Amino acid sequence: MNVLPEALLRHPGLWQGKARHDRQAYLSTGFPALDEQLPGHGWPRGALSECLVARPGIGELRLLLPALIGLAGEGRWTVWIAPPYIPYAPALGAAGVDLSRILVVNTVDEGESLWAAEQALHSGICSAVLLWSGVRDARRLRRLQLAAEESRSWAVLCRNKGFSKHSSPAALRFELGMMAGKLAVQIIKCRGPVPGAPVMLNA
Amino acid sequence: MEAARATVPVLPDTEQQRSRGTRQRLWLALVFPHFSLEIACRGLASDEPVAVVDGHGVHVRILACNRAARGLGISIGMPLSAAWAVAAALQTVSRNAAVEAAALRGIAAWARQWSSLVSLVEDRPPGLLLEVGGSLRLFGDLEPLAARIRAGLEELGYQARLGIAPTPLAAWLLARINDGRPVRPGEALAGRLAPVPLFFLGLAETTCKALENMGIRSFGDCQRLSRSGTARRLGPELVRYLDRALGRVPDPRLAYVVPAVFVQELDLPTEVTALDALRFAARRLLLELEGFLIARDGAIEALELGFRHNRQAATRIVIRLLVPGRNARHLLALLRQRLESTQLPAPVTGLWLRADKVLVSAPPATDLFGSAKQQQEEQQLLVERLQARLGVAAVQGLEGVPGHRPERVWRYCSPGTKSPAVKSEMMAPRPLWLLACPTPLVHKPRLESGLERIQSGWWDGEDIARDYYITRSSDGARLWVFRELRGERRWFVHGYFA
Repeated sequence: MNVLPEALLRHPGLWQGKARHDRQAYLSTGFPALDEQLPGHGWPRGALSECLVARPGIGELRLLLPALIGLAGEGRWTVWIAPPYIPYAPALGAAGVDLSRILVVNTVDEGESLWAAEQALHSGICSAVLLWSGVRDARRLRRLQLAAEESRSWAVLCRNKGFSKHSSPAALRFELGMMAGKLAVQIIKCRGPVPGAPVMLNA
Repeated sequence: MEAARATVPVLPDTEQQRSRGTRQRLWLALVFPHFSLEIACRGLASDEPVAVVDGHGVHVRILACNRAARGLGISIGMPLSAAWAVAAALQTVSRNAAVEAAALRGIAAWARQWSSLVSLVEDRPPGLLLEVGGSLRLFGDLEPLAARIRAGLEELGYQARLGIAPTPLAAWLLARINDGRPVRPGEALAGRLAPVPLFFLGLAETTCKALENMGIRSFGDCQRLSRSGTARRLGPELVRYLDRALGRVPDPRLAYVVPAVFVQELDLPTEVTALDALRFAARRLLLELEGFLIARDGAIEALELGFRHNRQAATRIVIRLLVPGRNARHLLALLRQRLESTQLPAPVTGLWLRADKVLVSAPPATDLFGSAKQQQEEQQLLVERLQARLGVAAVQGLEGVPGHRPERVWRYCSPGTKSPAVKSEMMAPRPLWLLACPTPLVHKPRLESGLERIQSGWWDGEDIARDYYITRSSDGARLWVFRELRGERRWFVHGYFA
């Protein structure tokens, strides 16, 4: 029931909603239930995803872990910028993450974190860039999103839940919490229709 | 005749090569007419009036000055006191023969990338002789080679006059009269040298005087003199000189040997604070280093850049590379990051660049398909860029370490280290986040599962004895907690199963 000519469909400037997405541009989350709810059926690459949590440690790594393991085959950097705690090598290694491709960047302030994130995104040789930050400046967020758009990396910004009310240029935003022993992912912004109910995940 | 020549043991190498039919020698001479001035000015990004002075006491005179100084009315030969009266803002630098000698050696080491034989000419003006007969095929032909050398020198801050001829002396004389058209082997040389003035030949003063009195003004005039008569009247000097210039007798030159260590200095005529200006000066030195490393087919892992200040200890910046390299542009990018995060205590009066350890360069291996190697190098570049600004300790990799103590079964390592997978003896679950310092809990938590006793490390005094459990906090996060088995038997949180 395609009424548009094929050439037009392939035009890069034409965005066609949820139905057609470049498979390459998305990364399976490893949770079928979540994949189903996300446009492109996975985490977007070349765009900023924003993970909003009440506090670090609630379950964000369990959510991101399957995708990180999936990236191990690419052999490119997974950059962890300003992680709140020490990424624990034995657990990551046991889960199947390629430890030799992890780059932990510890910074002293917001400016350094964002600079490092931009450098990692611009370098074009990072599979994933994970950034923990409380950045509130809209201009800096915009820069981060632009850097992510120009890259092919999976960029994730982890911020406090308090920022969910603020506007953000991120392509995908979701709140993460625990509900009855399950991970609850409430998508609050994505390219395409936003699902209403939170997705419950066993992780 | 040809055969007879070839059997003579020590024949002029040009002749010998020709008779054997092997490649012919071709010399490229570089003359630096404004050497003293360029040494004084080449670190300066801005166009400030600078003059080089020479002499002692009241006889100090202007030896050379740049365009900005000329614009203020300074001229060569002017006494220094007069120059200052004309232009108070004039920066002066005393001519220093040792500095000039070191600079010339720096260019010679740089020039070794173009030729296997580089010889110094420590004359006034100074210069270099490059044997380029063997380099022509590698660098295209004479014109591209000459253009690259000229452009490279300009980037270092020097203007050179080029002369190209089959003998070193002829090449030198052509460069002196600024005749850049090359004379290739077999082409008529004598006619091209004819206009060289007598005083460029560098003959002894008495010989020169005698020739002038005879009405001889140029190289061409000398050639017309009768050989035996000249030798009888003026001694053998002139005849030998002409023979050497025209390739009739050998003219061996001492090859400059590139030193093992790179050390070059660059003095600034004025005090500089602007980062851009410092980068400009550092770029000159880095390009010189690059040429030196290409000449030695080497690469470096670390270099030291120093900034001298007036009446203060110098500032040193050490730049380390993860992969040995020599690319000046990359080094400059690293330096830029470091300079931005370095606080210079005072204006800079000079720079030095030092690279002690020159490693054998691993040539950039390019794969046939894609290039895994190239990607690996790019990955190292990112690490270097991050480390240059944030510090080496801030950018780390992770690796597992065999053992039992939770704090000791991992460590930071140099990024990209492929450590052997540590056998996970522990079947018990481990948290994804570990707290750098366990935080004490006030109450005994409600335990969910697992008792794991870890008792280890008695041999190094940092032994632990703990019972680990998994618990759940009120907001649903799963925690890794432990209880001390000794002392106060307190409870601690040690990680999150995030």
